[in-house]
Amino acid sequence: MLTTETKNEILAELAHSETNRMACIESLKIAQRQSGWVSDEELCEVAQLLGLTPDEVDGVATFYNLIRRRPVGRHVILLCASVSCWVMGYAALRAGLAQTLGVEPGQTTPDGRFTVLENQCLGACDHAPVLMIDNDLYRDVDAEKLGDILARYA
Amino acid sequence: MAEFNQQSDPDKRPLTAKVQPDGRPLSLKDCEKAGGYRAVRAMLGGMSPGDVTQRVKDSGLRGRGGAGFPTGSKWSFVPMGDNAPRPKYLVVNADEMEPGTFKDRLLLESDPHQLVEGVIIAAYAIQADIAYIFLRGEYVLAEERLKTALAELRAAGLVGKNILGSGCSLEVHLHTSAGRYICGEETALINALEGRRANPRSKPPFPQVCGLRGKPTIVNNVETLCNLPHILNNGADWFKGLSLTPNGGTKIYGASGKVRRPGLWELPMGTPAREILEEYAGGMRDGMKLRAIIPGGASTDFLLESQLDVPMDFDTVAQAGSRMGTGTMIVLDDQTCPVGMVHNLMRFFAHESCGWCTPCREGLPWVEKILAAMERGEGQPGDLEQLARHVTALGMGLTYCALAPGAMEPLGSGLKLFRDDFERHIRDKRCPWS
Repeated sequence: MLTTETKNEILAELAHSETNRMACIESLKIAQRQSGWVSDEELCEVAQLLGLTPDEVDGVATFYNLIRRRPVGRHVILLCASVSCWVMGYAALRAGLAQTLGVEPGQTTPDGRFTVLENQCLGACDHAPVLMIDNDLYRDVDAEKLGDILARYA
Repeated sequence: MAEFNQQSDPDKRPLTAKVQPDGRPLSLKDCEKAGGYRAVRAMLGGMSPGDVTQRVKDSGLRGRGGAGFPTGSKWSFVPMGDNAPRPKYLVVNADEMEPGTFKDRLLLESDPHQLVEGVIIAAYAIQADIAYIFLRGEYVLAEERLKTALAELRAAGLVGKNILGSGCSLEVHLHTSAGRYICGEETALINALEGRRANPRSKPPFPQVCGLRGKPTIVNNVETLCNLPHILNNGADWFKGLSLTPNGGTKIYGASGKVRRPGLWELPMGTPAREILEEYAGGMRDGMKLRAIIPGGASTDFLLESQLDVPMDFDTVAQAGSRMGTGTMIVLDDQTCPVGMVHNLMRFFAHESCGWCTPCREGLPWVEKILAAMERGEGQPGDLEQLARHVTALGMGLTYCALAPGAMEPLGSGLKLFRDDFERHIRDKRCPWS
């Protein structure tokens, strides 16, 4: 369920948007900040605030890579899977994550700490391979550095 | 944070002149001391919108998002005058999602004011009332810095109503995307801004006439807009003189892959690929040879080592059988599997197809599956013919937008240039590099 605070944030977004529909993606992103994903119930609440049908909003939500319609862990790891990172060691990094966390991309650790997702090019190709954890970008990452990086996230 | 190691040189490298060694952007006050917003002040003081468009036309500036369409000509399709539909929109394509491309990140993070100055100039030229900066969701540092810059500008009266008392107004909004490569296609981007699925629209009508909310809209790339203050300050001839070839200006080039010093460099337009890779990127790492490059993002044809003397500009790279695209080169070395590289690219395109038209939605995953099987050692006789059929069937004009034809550029050129490697995967029933 959306908190009053989240709803107010969406309403504030609507207030300076040209149309309600134009605030659809931003509203979903605001809703998602609560728990990292958007549940059916929350999606319906967003739709109601926007004056759109739940189907219209879900059509938008499921189109975009960064809107999640399934639960995620407390921290989301976006592993860059695009070409420069692929050349520079994406496979080893993916294997390192699997070994350290015991999960493949698309899965969440049993303790709910991390979800690993593959992401398209993160635009830091001069420091490939890269990954993002929540809003933090890590560059020139290799399997050895993973332990220290992951330890920063409880 | 983007890194940049060239010395500041406003005469030769205008786009990066204000990039600081620590990468932090200048405050509005310091930016103005360094010449920022001088072009906007001069423009509002005495140039007509037509003057601005003419100067940009004269400069020969071409779109830096990859397609290279002349910027001034693009603007000239916008209806002008008192009877033009309102509001008109200027949209910044800051959705840098072309794999291997990281040039706009530098411009956005280290000099957001330069971009906004370009926005104000472009908006004035087409008499836009509202501007949107459409930014990649993953570029969180750029978002923070753009927000700061816009707040400074609102407080100083440089954006908003009646800019500097000129009677011109421009609202500038920042939209952060939720991630989809197709948003780089300008009509898809417009749908995304409208809060819809980012499927491309049918053209015509073109956005210049009927874009965002059905109103005249110009979509320009970040690097394109960043050039505008310098063209206004220094003139069209100066801009042309920066370039080694008739495609004017400088270009932010980049290199990634197994070169010694991957990075970004602002260089004269038309600098040969070999010079960029050897002098600036430091050549290949020890024990490695360069086999080919993708010159400007995932959707450009491979060029072989023997073709590297090509000047990197729009026209010359096209004559060599590829495209300059975004100018950020991805290097294929002799110890990396070309089939695997093409597979990685096709996996990207298959995932990012918006699903609207059948050839793209069905064809790209088919191609991806064939290549995945080949990499696993399960390639079949006839696979190469099947892939070649896709290159033809997903070509320009046969799909709704340029996504699938773009995807076919590295596939088609890969099939030609690395034929032996593809055949060997099928014949030996394994990837020779794994």
